[in-house]
Amino acid sequence: MRWLRWSLPLAIFLVVLGFLFVGLFRDPREVPSPLIGKPAPAFSLAQLHRPEQTLTTQDMRGQVWLLNVWASWCVSCKVEHPLLVDLAKANVVPVIGLAYKDRPEDGLAWLAANGDPYRLSIVDRDGRVGIDFGVYGVPETFVIDKGGVIRYKQIGPLTADALRQTILPLVRELQKS
Amino acid sequence: MLFAIALGMAAVAARGDLALDARLKTLENELRCLVCQNQTLAESNAPLAEDLRKEVRELAVAGKSDDDIRAYLVARYGDFVLYKPPVKGTTYALWFGPFVLLAAGIVAWFTVLRRRARMPADDAPDDALATIDAAAGARARALLDD
Repeated sequence: MRWLRWSLPLAIFLVVLGFLFVGLFRDPREVPSPLIGKPAPAFSLAQLHRPEQTLTTQDMRGQVWLLNVWASWCVSCKVEHPLLVDLAKANVVPVIGLAYKDRPEDGLAWLAANGDPYRLSIVDRDGRVGIDFGVYGVPETFVIDKGGVIRYKQIGPLTADALRQTILPLVRELQKS
Repeated sequence: MLFAIALGMAAVAARGDLALDARLKTLENELRCLVCQNQTLAESNAPLAEDLRKEVRELAVAGKSDDDIRAYLVARYGDFVLYKPPVKGTTYALWFGPFVLLAAGIVAWFTVLRRRARMPADDAPDDALATIDAAAGARARALLDD
């Protein structure tokens, strides 16, 4: 029992140390989404370029796609944008752009200035669909599979690493199934 | 007469609004703003918090209960939106850990006390003095008197 005297506090100390150490590398701003593994919320939104036409969740059935939530007022969207333009050139996966709480004319001007990597763009003027998708900080990017289930969510700007190591491998795997 | 009725109706409507406001205020104080994470939905000025307050109000006006509204937000943003986390498998350590630690502390405390009670006391003066022989006692007294 005597050995417990020093080993027990030491063990507790090491456990606490372990938790704190892991905590150093976790970003408290990244709240895990409860929507992963759940069907993407149904929406029907006007398209940015052709406002008289809409796009619904149902229209994307049968293909793997990315939903990129952005806005012309969002500063870090500009950071990730070149990656999306490259991705569009590579033509591996369709990306739908969701202009979040944006005026259509601002969104169109922004795309004209920075390049339009989107298969289609839709406008969420009042942010309702954003709330349904649990969006709390643009940009956000969702990976949605053929059955319309959300498989992954990138919070904040896309990075080359995130694309190469996580998103594209996942897309390829989902496209096979 | 008409004026009085109108006034009365306005008063009733206002009282309903006040009750709703109070209810929303309480509810919003339990919900976290996702953008500025240490603020509640009630305190935050972030655009998303504003939208969510609007959403919460509309749900309440549509007759949803507080639990419905909480469930609506949890389905979208996760348990993180609740300042008071639910009791479930993954939160047992959070809810009951402190009590387990308290119990462990009490057990340890009593164990130490009991062990100490069994040990011969260091400072029991009468017994100790009785065993010292007279000569040593006299020497001690002489030293003290100096």
